[in-house]
Amino acid sequence: MMKTILDIVIAGLLMGGIYALIAVGLGLQYGVARVLNISHGEFIMLGAFATWSLYTKLGISPLLSLAICGPLAFVIGFVLHRTLFTRLRTSSGSSAAYEGSSMLASFGLLFIIQNLALIAWGADIRAYTYLAFPVNLGGAVFAANRLAALSFAIVASLGFYLFLSRTRLGKGIRAAAQDPATAALMGVNINRVLALCFGFGASMAGLAGMLISMCYPFHATMGLGYTVIAIIVVVLGGLGSILGSFIGGFVLGLIGAIVTYVDPGLSLAAYYLIFVLLLLLKPTGILGK
Amino acid sequence: MRISGATSQKSVSLGLVLLILIVLSALPLYASMYAVILLTAILMYVVITVSWALFSGPTGYISLASAAFFGVGIYTSALLGRSLPLPAVIGIAGLASFMMALLVGAVTLRLRGMYFAVFTFGLVELIKRLLLWWEMTITRTRGRFVIIVDNDTIYYAMLSICVVTLLSAYLVRRSKFGLALQSIGEDEEAAAHTGINVTTLKIVTFSISAVFIGAVGAIIATRWTYIDPYIAFNALVSFMPVLMAIFGGMGQFYGPILGAAVFAYLEEVLITRFPYHYMLLFGIILIVAISYLPNGLVGLVQKWREAGLAREHADT
Repeated sequence: MMKTILDIVIAGLLMGGIYALIAVGLGLQYGVARVLNISHGEFIMLGAFATWSLYTKLGISPLLSLAICGPLAFVIGFVLHRTLFTRLRTSSGSSAAYEGSSMLASFGLLFIIQNLALIAWGADIRAYTYLAFPVNLGGAVFAANRLAALSFAIVASLGFYLFLSRTRLGKGIRAAAQDPATAALMGVNINRVLALCFGFGASMAGLAGMLISMCYPFHATMGLGYTVIAIIVVVLGGLGSILGSFIGGFVLGLIGAIVTYVDPGLSLAAYYLIFVLLLLLKPTGILGK
Repeated sequence: MRISGATSQKSVSLGLVLLILIVLSALPLYASMYAVILLTAILMYVVITVSWALFSGPTGYISLASAAFFGVGIYTSALLGRSLPLPAVIGIAGLASFMMALLVGAVTLRLRGMYFAVFTFGLVELIKRLLLWWEMTITRTRGRFVIIVDNDTIYYAMLSICVVTLLSAYLVRRSKFGLALQSIGEDEEAAAHTGINVTTLKIVTFSISAVFIGAVGAIIATRWTYIDPYIAFNALVSFMPVLMAIFGGMGQFYGPILGAAVFAYLEEVLITRFPYHYMLLFGIILIVAISYLPNGLVGLVQKWREAGLAREHADT
């Protein structure tokens, strides 16, 4: 009995680490930059395929490709915000209109990125083995790559949290999250900060994609599923709260592990049920105001 | 000239509508099978988009629940198609969607802004997952077969639903209910203070819009022969009407109709001509339309009209 509980808890934490990372990324894009980025999962998919290509074609270790995927995704996200989303933001009459139009534009991005990926890598399900040796955690046995993924996800999320709470730029981002107009009046270069947030969000998605590719099979159309999970976690944690997204990721991971233990076919249904109930009972989430 | 302009314009547009209706109802007599099937698809998107815009247009609540109502219609058709005639199936599908929208609306319409959109999206996925689980563990079947109906019957059923939908949407828009919906979109609290029963109005309109979406789901299912939860509750069906309505422009009544017709035709052409790149082109068109046509095709038409009027004035 003890061992089963340990199994479930560790499996939940391992999945939760990745959920937390992708949710922190989306939290930055939606909570701060006000773009409900439906193409978030496509950046995860790009990260997974880029890592796979670098590993199988060039022999670059997945953990090293982090140094390539992260910055590359950041640049793509930053440029996208600087061009497309800034244009939409300045031409939209109200913030509600901007939320609608930016969501639709990100839907267009989803189509474009997914189709390019299908052309480049095909529709097959891919996987590779890396760090697949077993590790014994107090009786529960897990592959080393899962543990590596969990520790990377925690380091990346906490590192970013420290950046937000300790640095000047982080302060600017938090100010922009609370009230963009006032932040701009206080001397925050709002367009730059929002673009940075979008870029950071994209690079976290790329990093998460790299971690996912180490542990699970992946394919070109997997993006939307992860986007939906990220949206659920962001709402669960409270919109605009980065720490909330981080905690929410682990909460959802644990719930997923428990339900999977009972009936694997119900895990996604359970996510949506939690989400639907949450919106009805406490739409502000765990740490929302 | 100017005084009689309004009435003559009205009779011209009425004549135009009648002409289009005659051309469309005689279509199977002179057009190819392909044209009939293509027009069925276009009419379907027009119904879904106009129904969506009936509620979401004036109120500003972005509903992503269309796929749920569509799926309810499809499953009604699959379950009852064998034992009941088509009109009865369509009627029951509409009623089932209505009941569901009533229930969903009663619990959720107090959510504002993006929360409502995200909730309705989650709802579609929840239904899909529960149905999949049900089929796998309880009934131990995957998917169902739907009884086939010939293309012309499907076409006429679709055309009739389309006419009813457009007529209802037009009447709602012109009535005091349309005005009340508009005022909810502008400022919900102010609307409540002027004596509008905000909650009831929202729920009823939401439910009416669901009837038509369920009905077309029941009709189109008869052409697909096989359905499963993935096909019936496809999330794309929720996003399509939003894209089409915005693409067409929500400012005018004909905006969503125009958007749905052009978009559906475009989709068909892109899929058949560029099967491997159509999503790419689709995405590019979408982004360009959002960035450069904030008021949709309607905005473009109005710009041309104004330019034409200016030229007319310059001549005199």
